[in-house]
Amino acid sequence: MIPEFNKFKGFSLKNLPEVEPIAPGHRGCQGCGEILALRMAMKALGTDVIVANATGCMEIITSPFPHTSWRVPWIHTAFENTAAVASGIEAALKVLKRKGRFPKSRHVDVVAVAGDGGTADIGLQALSGALERGHDFVYICLDNEAYMNTGVQRSSCTPFGAMTTTSPPGERSFGQMTWKKNVPQIAVAHGIPYVATASPAFFLDLMNKVKKAALVKGPAYVHIYSPCPTGWGSRGEDSIKIARLAVDTKVFPLYEVIEGKYYITRKITKPKPVEEYLKTQRRFRHLTPEVVAEIQRRVDAEYERLLKLAEL
Amino acid sequence: MGKRIAKEVSIAIADAVKLAKAEVIAAYPITPQTHIVEHLSELVANGELDAEYITVESEHSAMSAAIGAVATGARTFTSTAAQGLALMHEMLFIASAMRLPVVMVVANRALSAPISIWNDHSDIMANRDIGWIQVWAENGQEAVDLTIQAFRIAEDKNVMFPIIVNIDGFVLSHVIEPIILPDQEEVDAFLPAFKPKYKLDPRKPITMGPVGVPEIYFEAKKAQDEAFRNTPKVIKRVWKDWAKRFGREYNAVETYRMEDAEVALLIMGSLAETAMTAVDKMRDEGKKVGLVRIRLWRPFPVQEFRRAVSKVPVLAVIDRAMPPGAVNGPVATEVKAALYNAGRKPRVVNFIAGLGGRDVTVEDFEEMAERAAFYRKKRPKELYETIGVRES
Repeated sequence: MIPEFNKFKGFSLKNLPEVEPIAPGHRGCQGCGEILALRMAMKALGTDVIVANATGCMEIITSPFPHTSWRVPWIHTAFENTAAVASGIEAALKVLKRKGRFPKSRHVDVVAVAGDGGTADIGLQALSGALERGHDFVYICLDNEAYMNTGVQRSSCTPFGAMTTTSPPGERSFGQMTWKKNVPQIAVAHGIPYVATASPAFFLDLMNKVKKAALVKGPAYVHIYSPCPTGWGSRGEDSIKIARLAVDTKVFPLYEVIEGKYYITRKITKPKPVEEYLKTQRRFRHLTPEVVAEIQRRVDAEYERLLKLAEL
Repeated sequence: MGKRIAKEVSIAIADAVKLAKAEVIAAYPITPQTHIVEHLSELVANGELDAEYITVESEHSAMSAAIGAVATGARTFTSTAAQGLALMHEMLFIASAMRLPVVMVVANRALSAPISIWNDHSDIMANRDIGWIQVWAENGQEAVDLTIQAFRIAEDKNVMFPIIVNIDGFVLSHVIEPIILPDQEEVDAFLPAFKPKYKLDPRKPITMGPVGVPEIYFEAKKAQDEAFRNTPKVIKRVWKDWAKRFGREYNAVETYRMEDAEVALLIMGSLAETAMTAVDKMRDEGKKVGLVRIRLWRPFPVQEFRRAVSKVPVLAVIDRAMPPGAVNGPVATEVKAALYNAGRKPRVVNFIAGLGGRDVTVEDFEEMAERAAFYRKKRPKELYETIGVRES
């Protein structure tokens, strides 16, 4: 087990950090699950951080000049390179500390934040490079399952069957016709010390995982499910309910992979049917019972696979 | 003062980066830049240079990591060529607009297709307007001097722009030349540590790279251009200081035997040395030929350039990039724009030469000067003429 974890007792309702590295007043949509997840993640990380943010919703809504929501040092440069920018920041801190040009005793967590497009598609190469090189940083993927900032186009993280503006159902299509890319597993394949999935519906679990990601030495990857009422066609007030359903239906299982060992952090013994989850969002409304059944089979099989991995 | 020793230019450039005490190097290998980054990784591995060397997975990430490093306050270097520079393209504008003084050596190489590892200027000419200061080295000594100067220029609080030192691939990067490397104490006295006013630091949080809404974008770009156009003041001051300390002079525009020239050749980069030989030869034959070399390509030194060519009747501008469908090669286009509203100005004849490693000889320069002289009394019919191309 990772020794740094022993010092960390975990967050609870009694010791929630009061610090808010992201100020209120940002321009997120009503019910945005992504900014909510990011707020929790940043609360867990505190203020001794430097954040590199990919182009995307979080970047746009928090930084329209001359306003900024960021109370911590923050940089945005482009879409596909957040992990590379974070690599440069981490390397700079290392050498500046070594040369006495930055206080040696001051620990700074380098955090990269990107959406699913910026992670699974255009940013995958930069992410893989940074994970492989072993930089000491935390990569947070806020997965709202499509390119929401540009108007809901499909990404490789869009779920099977979902309707987006570039995966529309029609005569010859039922929406997204590919299965969601499993980025956490890709991160695991790099042999990094810490990988986790998290959900804003389980906010203490989310904060604990982000904190653990920061505590490990070396790269850590946290994949956070982020409901998007605007893109999913769901009700803003239902975001947390939907996030909870995603976990309870096994659509988005919560787990950690610590030094290659899988731990399921929320075991689902009595799963709800996937249909219950799909019904909450307009993006799945066109699905036939056959497609719903196919999704159910896939979700069950994926979860079985995960259980087996956790037994290893 | 260091000793004059024979060294491969790429190795000498890496040694110059060491003398400048670069703190982060992020680089991806590409011919003909490789010897520079290989030697740097050696210097880091041996502990001769206390730096973090990031072996990035692409040039796009090289520039992105360099941006992250310099934004955090570390002196940062990278190097690339051709396709690598093209892959960086997106990030080059961002480094400039965010005022991040990355130093980069570009070992100029032809762009694909067809794929060619050999020298011309098509890579950098596709990156003219990225907002980086751009200088050209003609020989190994200049490459070393300009690399050390680059850090001081880029990091000056009145500059804070990234800078490219152009060196011709192979014909300059891979040759062995007698080069003086300054002593460490001399460089330390010339080049203070990098201390940017704004950086990523939890002790004083700032937001870098925010959204430029329509109410602010234009103003931001205007401010960037104004600051960029002001940089030659610092560049000239640094060159003056360099001359005082090291005895080697640098100017935005260099002239050679221009006093009574009737024809002038204009070129950038290491071919200028070949052109000089051609000028000497023609002068010996009584032909009044001179040479203009542009050292500072961005910001373009309009006044110095106009002065340098105000008396010559014909100017032969040699481009080393093929601009499909454009009026002229990129250098000729620039030069003509600089001259159009000038008082006294020469006729401009455009030659395109030396693409993809094609040799440009003394005889080629003589031919260009002769052809240009012919156009003194006659307008050229073609937009440009090529030199050294086989006609089928």
